[in-house]
Amino acid sequence: MIEFVLDGRSRVATYMQMVLQVKQALRVGLLRPGDQLPRVRAVAQSLAINPNTVLKAYRELEMEGLAEGRPGVGTFLVGTLAGPSLANQAELREDLVSWLRKAEAAGLAREDVAALIDTTLRATFDGQARQDNP
Amino acid sequence: MMDKTALETSGLGKRYGRTWALRDCSLHVPAGRIAALVGPNGAGKTTLLQLAVGLLRPDAGSVRVFGEDPRDNIATLAEIGFVAQDTPLYPDFTAAELITMGGKLNRRWDAPLAHDRLAQLGIPPAKPVGKLSGGQRAQVALALALAKRPRLLLLDEPIASLDPLARREFMQALMGAVGESDTTVLLSSHLLADLERACDYLIVLQTAEVQLAGAVDDLLAEHRTLVGPRTEPGDAIPGGATIVRASHTDRQSTLLVRAADPIDDPMWTEHDVTLEDLVLAYLSAAGARTARTPSEVTA
Repeated sequence: MIEFVLDGRSRVATYMQMVLQVKQALRVGLLRPGDQLPRVRAVAQSLAINPNTVLKAYRELEMEGLAEGRPGVGTFLVGTLAGPSLANQAELREDLVSWLRKAEAAGLAREDVAALIDTTLRATFDGQARQDNP
Repeated sequence: MMDKTALETSGLGKRYGRTWALRDCSLHVPAGRIAALVGPNGAGKTTLLQLAVGLLRPDAGSVRVFGEDPRDNIATLAEIGFVAQDTPLYPDFTAAELITMGGKLNRRWDAPLAHDRLAQLGIPPAKPVGKLSGGQRAQVALALALAKRPRLLLLDEPIASLDPLARREFMQALMGAVGESDTTVLLSSHLLADLERACDYLIVLQTAEVQLAGAVDDLLAEHRTLVGPRTEPGDAIPGGATIVRASHTDRQSTLLVRAADPIDDPMWTEHDVTLEDLVLAYLSAAGARTARTPSEVTA
């Protein structure tokens, strides 16, 4: 079971913050298929938010095929985002750390690194997407 | 269920002497919503709530609760829970006595529900409520209103006089209670911040008139802030948007507009608005208008 945390300063809609938190938990393996999400009433009460907002977040997860509502029982996770990539993450992370050290040695500041990663991400993945869907 | 109307007013007005406390108020609150009634002190919020619960007689227009006139209507009043401002309770009575009294005065009364709620919150049932803290008194009033298992729950400034912790606890109790029933809620406040995450429907009231009413998601989608070249009143606005509030420098204009579609004019940059931006814009626009037109009846 996870506990939802809301960022009061974020401009991201409350229900979307909850969706993103569940996805993040699925990605890092904190939540797995079969796990139950907290009950709507319990979330509404502990965060003092509208129960409809919680319902909306759960419906969004259902629409994305990640969760399933079982009437009278609750909402359960059925999909996962961790997949086979989770196993490879440790090694990739090591590579990334050594690359970041190299960038640092080359004189790049934190913002320079972030900008470089951002533009390269877009160039690589968006270019690939164009090739995949011509 | 969502498309049924819990509360509907049409041209509703209430006058005290020559001054309208509420004027030409037409709105509806769909069933299943948690609606915030926001406006400064003296805007007419209490008047609207007291009309809705049949405590006041309208001087104009009508009010309907689940399609019925609530005044002297026992069946409809049984569907309404009302927590008045400052949660007035008989101070010498204990919470347990108030729950018993509620049972004698109401046809539908869930006494175990009220007892459970108070037990969960650790509120002593045998202590006179006048000796409880403000936050505990508010919780007792809420528990009593919920024991009626109302289909429409009206709360007048329920948290205005509470400290921040008691406010949060009150909102937690309210949201939890709504989560297990399909009660429609209308609660008033002069501060939006306390209600922002709780409400999904918004009514802005100022100087006795409704300035804005609608579902929060719709309102946020329809409004945006545009920043662009200096625009004089009367100039064309991109996309045929309606200006709610404008501010200008010598070469730039910042406009909060209501527009159905996104603005694609490259001269203008768009920003999303928050609920707070929206309420403040409508309140200040209404404030500017009434500076020119007094609200007294001139006839």
